[in-house]
Amino acid sequence: MPDTAPPPPPLALLAELTHRCPLACPYCSNPLDLIARDNELDTATWARVFQQAADLGVLQLHLSGGEPAARRDLPDLVAAARQAGLYVNLITSGIGLTTDRLDALDAAGLDHVQLSLQGVRASVADMIGGYKGGFDRKIELAHAITARGLPLTLNAVMHRRNLDDLPETIALADQLGARRIEIACVQFYGWAQANRTALLPTREQVATAKRIVADAVPAYRGRMVIDFVPPDYYADYPKPCMGGWGTTGLNVTPDGTVLPCHAAATIPHLTFQRVTDTPLAEIWQSGPAFNAFRGHDWMPDPCRSCARRDTDHGGCRCQAMALAGDPTATDPVCRLSPDRPVVDALLADLPAMDDLPAYRYRS
Amino acid sequence: MTDDPIIRLPRGVRLHHDRVRNLPVLLGPERALMLDDIGLAILSELHDTPRLSSLITRLAARYDAPATEITTDVRAFLDDLQVQRLVDYDKESSDA
Repeated sequence: MPDTAPPPPPLALLAELTHRCPLACPYCSNPLDLIARDNELDTATWARVFQQAADLGVLQLHLSGGEPAARRDLPDLVAAARQAGLYVNLITSGIGLTTDRLDALDAAGLDHVQLSLQGVRASVADMIGGYKGGFDRKIELAHAITARGLPLTLNAVMHRRNLDDLPETIALADQLGARRIEIACVQFYGWAQANRTALLPTREQVATAKRIVADAVPAYRGRMVIDFVPPDYYADYPKPCMGGWGTTGLNVTPDGTVLPCHAAATIPHLTFQRVTDTPLAEIWQSGPAFNAFRGHDWMPDPCRSCARRDTDHGGCRCQAMALAGDPTATDPVCRLSPDRPVVDALLADLPAMDDLPAYRYRS
Repeated sequence: MTDDPIIRLPRGVRLHHDRVRNLPVLLGPERALMLDDIGLAILSELHDTPRLSSLITRLAARYDAPATEITTDVRAFLDDLQVQRLVDYDKESSDA
């Protein structure tokens, strides 16, 4: 890495506390091979990881999964994270969080809740999540969160089957008292890649969604923040994935494996370290997986000589792996990539709405 | 929006000293805002949820600056945070 200065301290840590989840969303960001409960880190080990993260400069902790509420020790984990000085965000489907447990998390110092939304109607939401009754419980929980004064972000995951419900989705977030809605179009890794044909929205859907968001942002200004992540397959340039590999955050899986991003394990030749063997600071500063794509030396052309190389960092390494079979390739989403025809072919070949293939659910 | 709102940091937004970078930060949902001295000075005065007018009077006295000169900057700083829901403007004090 001769062209690279030591990495700046990371800002965020995503802790995948468990891969267990009552839902089975067809775009689940967990890997196809899930980590079993027996291999999950215990409470004390997570607490040590949180302290090491804070010592390293992490400010924001995202407690995620799977469904983090599946961990009985969740309030203890929140308390340990606050003790370490971290801002604690819970990323949850809401299933398994009773109001009593919410009170316990509140008392432990939980700062913010990010609640996933699969759809605006039970019929659609429960079909997508693969869990009957999930929608009604989620709405109840959203009310319980805002009634306690906890800040709520609604994380609406959008795709072919629900993107047309965007106006209702934004209205629902406002009605629930969310301070923020994240409208995130599905990104195609892991389970989402396996279900891509059924999930990819059409170009018309995306254009309409952009107009709706452009109108909604000023309409809700000062009341609710609206963040929109469009599907990058329709973009001209790739997303600056993770703000650049190994520059901003870390991801720790249920068994303590430390990844530069949640999908990094899809890149075959990388070597990952575990918090049970190596201090987090050492992994961040000199771990082989973190160093693999820092700086510019790994870049091929057109990235290496591109004026945008420090803007989008060549795009997403996992997407280059998934679409071009080479993690050092230019992200095939980029108009300048020789692999762009791969993406265009996927977009040209979308089935009609009543012809969508059945979802493949994680079991 | 009133011209003289009560200013408060909402639940889930708090000042934090980043001991690694040695900087004050405002932490909120999905946000970590590194603060300069002026930002810190303004946000440090919100503990008793003052009205904007008394906040400005206090800052003017503490930093020996004419209130008329700092009003626009303080308001612009707070308006920017309000749009991000990192401060709240209230008409009436809820704990009055």
